[in-house]
Amino acid sequence: MVLSRTTTESNEPVSSTFGSRYALTALPKYEIGESSIPKDAAYQIIKDELMLDGNPRLNLASFVTTWMEPECDKLIMDSINKNYVDMDEYPVTTELQNRCVNMIARLFNAPLGDTETAMGVGTVGSSEAIMLAGLAFKRNWQNKRKAEGKTYDKPNIVTGANVQVCWEKFARYFEVELKEIKLSEGYYVMDDPEKAVEMVDENTICVAAILGSTLTGEFEDVKRLNDLLVKKNDATGWNTPIHVDAASGGFIAPFIYPELEWDFRLPLVKSINVSGHKYGLVYAGIGWVVWRTQHDLPDELIFHINYLGADQPTFTLNFSMGSSQIIAQYYQLIRLGFEGYKNVMENCRENMLVLKEGIEKTERFNIVSKDVGVPLVAFSLKGQSFHSEFEISEMLRRFGWIVPAYTMPADAEHITVLRVVIREDFSRTLAERLVADILKVLHELDTLPSKISRKMGAEDFGNVKGKKVKREKLMEVIVGWRKFVKDRKKMNGVC
Amino acid sequence: MVLSHAASDSDVSVHSTFASRYVRTSLPRFRMPENSIPKEAAYQIINDELMLDGNPRLNLASFVTTWMEPECDKLIMASINKNYVDMDEYPVTTELQNRCVNMIAHLFNAPLGETETAVGVGTVGSSEAIMLAGLAFKRKWQNKRKAEGKPFDKPNIVTGANVQVCWEKFARYFEVELKEVKLREGYYVMDPEQAVEMVDENTICVAAILGSTLNGEFEDVKLLNDLLVLKNKETGLDIPIHVDAASGGFIAPFLYPELEWDFRLPQVKSINVSGHKYGLVYAGIGWVVWRNKEDLPDELIFHINYLGADQPTFTLNFSKGSSQVIAQYYQLIRLGHEGYRNVMENCRENMIVLREGLEKTGRFSIVSKDEGIPLVAFSLKDNSSHTEFEISEMLRRYGWIVPAYTMPANAEHITVLRVVIREDFSRTLAERLVMDIEKVMHELDELPSRVINKISLGEVKSEDNGDNMVVTVKKSDIEKPIEINVKKSDKPIFC
Repeated sequence: MVLSRTTTESNEPVSSTFGSRYALTALPKYEIGESSIPKDAAYQIIKDELMLDGNPRLNLASFVTTWMEPECDKLIMDSINKNYVDMDEYPVTTELQNRCVNMIARLFNAPLGDTETAMGVGTVGSSEAIMLAGLAFKRNWQNKRKAEGKTYDKPNIVTGANVQVCWEKFARYFEVELKEIKLSEGYYVMDDPEKAVEMVDENTICVAAILGSTLTGEFEDVKRLNDLLVKKNDATGWNTPIHVDAASGGFIAPFIYPELEWDFRLPLVKSINVSGHKYGLVYAGIGWVVWRTQHDLPDELIFHINYLGADQPTFTLNFSMGSSQIIAQYYQLIRLGFEGYKNVMENCRENMLVLKEGIEKTERFNIVSKDVGVPLVAFSLKGQSFHSEFEISEMLRRFGWIVPAYTMPADAEHITVLRVVIREDFSRTLAERLVADILKVLHELDTLPSKISRKMGAEDFGNVKGKKVKREKLMEVIVGWRKFVKDRKKMNGVC
Repeated sequence: MVLSHAASDSDVSVHSTFASRYVRTSLPRFRMPENSIPKEAAYQIINDELMLDGNPRLNLASFVTTWMEPECDKLIMASINKNYVDMDEYPVTTELQNRCVNMIAHLFNAPLGETETAVGVGTVGSSEAIMLAGLAFKRKWQNKRKAEGKPFDKPNIVTGANVQVCWEKFARYFEVELKEVKLREGYYVMDPEQAVEMVDENTICVAAILGSTLNGEFEDVKLLNDLLVLKNKETGLDIPIHVDAASGGFIAPFLYPELEWDFRLPQVKSINVSGHKYGLVYAGIGWVVWRNKEDLPDELIFHINYLGADQPTFTLNFSKGSSQVIAQYYQLIRLGHEGYRNVMENCRENMIVLREGLEKTGRFSIVSKDEGIPLVAFSLKDNSSHTEFEISEMLRRYGWIVPAYTMPANAEHITVLRVVIREDFSRTLAERLVMDIEKVMHELDELPSRVINKISLGEVKSEDNGDNMVVTVKKSDIEKPIEINVKKSDKPIFC
């Protein structure tokens, strides 16, 4: 009698995902595999590995939106296969982009007539927006210098040292010198507009102010900068303009601080960028840059595309990209309207206060951030301690929270802060839970010996010479360790 | 008796979407609305307006992917709220990007050891990829010139006039001179001999295209390499090659593996490819790979510390969505070599079906070759009474988007219609398209020629032939299409 075996292995659709051989095979990591695998297996394998990523909504490090309404998710999925740059083929999507630009320009009080078209463009994020704005300034300045018969090979830009890394990228890639005003303790923004204006010279293409510093959320005093710069321009005739990096603040200030003058109401402000994907409340991948008038954007940088018989000028670094985020931005602008955005921002501010007060009550922290600004809480440990903010950050991960710790840039590197960003989807419940978990972490750390004291020689432990000597040595080591940690984390990309 | 009205206006949730007042109100286009509107209304209004966009899958103008499997769509939606740049928070996503870079570098035969990591990065598209590659070449060349004590203020790049617009952007924004090798009738790609002639000491690189946007041809990179090696020997220069494989990079390795165009050629130092073209991912992902570390100057790289290891980054954009990177990884492991090969072979087969169908009509000459990107570029054999632009417009009525373009210098008198065969363009659709083109030709034959109506433009000989006015429109070949194209730009933006 011949025994026959059923050949189940070749009959792929029968095996359940985890019963198939794909759960056994190690996928090649460096080379493309020879054969295809079933889509269910591919889906499951990737999904499973991604389980080990952090949970975006508990990522308190990021300003970038992590939740949108299901209706908007639907619109996003429907337009995911539309290439935004195909203006001819997708005229409505292009029109929606134009509407967003107009709405945002008017939100920033651009000097426009009621039906006048604003100058601006949608970008992939504030990085691209800033590069475009910087390029416009550079070109304008070069043309002016050429016309005056002066040298134009050493452009520079004046900013605070708290600028986001994309300004450094701009400077490095477009060969512009970055003149940074160093920070000082207690003063974590370029809040010495006077220092900034002092650094301006004939080669300065613009002064960049930040509305919503990444480190502490503070708004820089753009009005004061404008007034000082106006005086200097009068004296020197250089006409140095201002660019406001409102990546975070641009969608906050108009709603909860409408009387704050920081935008086109100030005459020297020539361009503004804002991240749609921060407080514009859209998923990652959309930013906006708006210019005051046509003259602030040199025509030679613009590429003219003909679509629907009309001229569509474009000025972007990227070409093909998805349309989803633009449509999502338009959805938010009309869905929420002024009222809706205001409500969201007010809620964020309220929850920020709840968190701040909870942290203050522990009496272990100094609050470094201010109440006015981007809704975030930046705090550092009080006094000298055996533990560092980095340890707190690591231990909070065990509870699921991602709370980053950063050292301040030059010249305040001895300060380390923990920073929690309050986004739209960070409710009061979560705020209270976070405070409870921070308390738990502090409690645990208190019971652990300090990592530093373990590094001290054995003799010091037995040294009874006096508490003072021990303390000094301790301080040395603490400072030394902090510097060591800081050096390791120097280029931590703060976003 | 007091009559009371039911205040139904305020109870918004009761109304069905189209019964509510929101479909009566015109939404502001220039300014944010004051109040919020319900999410259902916002969704419906936007969804409805977008119905008037073209159907992405019938957009035969674009190389960019318009369909992916539902499993991949699920992965995309699940990761839409992950900000790709948060490497610390999403280590798995970062790892997936690294794996993709490695796989693609190996696909292009980068000279790597078994476990050596490739040098490359994921970008938003080939535009960003090309700018990064160009920047690397520029910086390398500048450093070399500085070391030699020679001037470094006039860098140039040699390409064909058939380059995609992003090379012009690169040249304009990064202040590099673009030296274009002109095309000629019948030869629509860059001539390697002419290119090598144009090279001089200020040339930072020669850019070859694998898959010209106009007619899909692969340029002869091997010939270019060999000629350039000779020239380098003579002159002592070391001019490198960059291959813009935006479309061809995911075709050649699968359909034409014996074609030498990649890192197998010693002068090729970097290659870019669009993940969102034949990488089979939705818009928003590109890749650039360098031969090895030396080809990417370290001063351009920003080092970010994540998970205690150094993660070098070199991108223009910062925050962006993770979805496309994950989707690219999905495709690479889901399809493998076998799967990609099958898709590309199908595309080529369907391209041949379309081409033969068009040839059978007897009205068109085929401008594209069989080898190269699966697309069919064709022009009218006789365009004295009608033009390709008219055919393009009339096809729209059937739902098809088939673009018509004029060739760049020096072949501007040639106009072509171009149909790109993507993964989701099945044989059924190819046959239907041929049928519809025949219908259009039939309709056009019955219409009087539009050109005859433009008699008033000089240079026309009209003979009075008794009762009939015989009009001979005698325009030079170059003027005719330009006059008709008076509303189209002279440099249509291809993608």
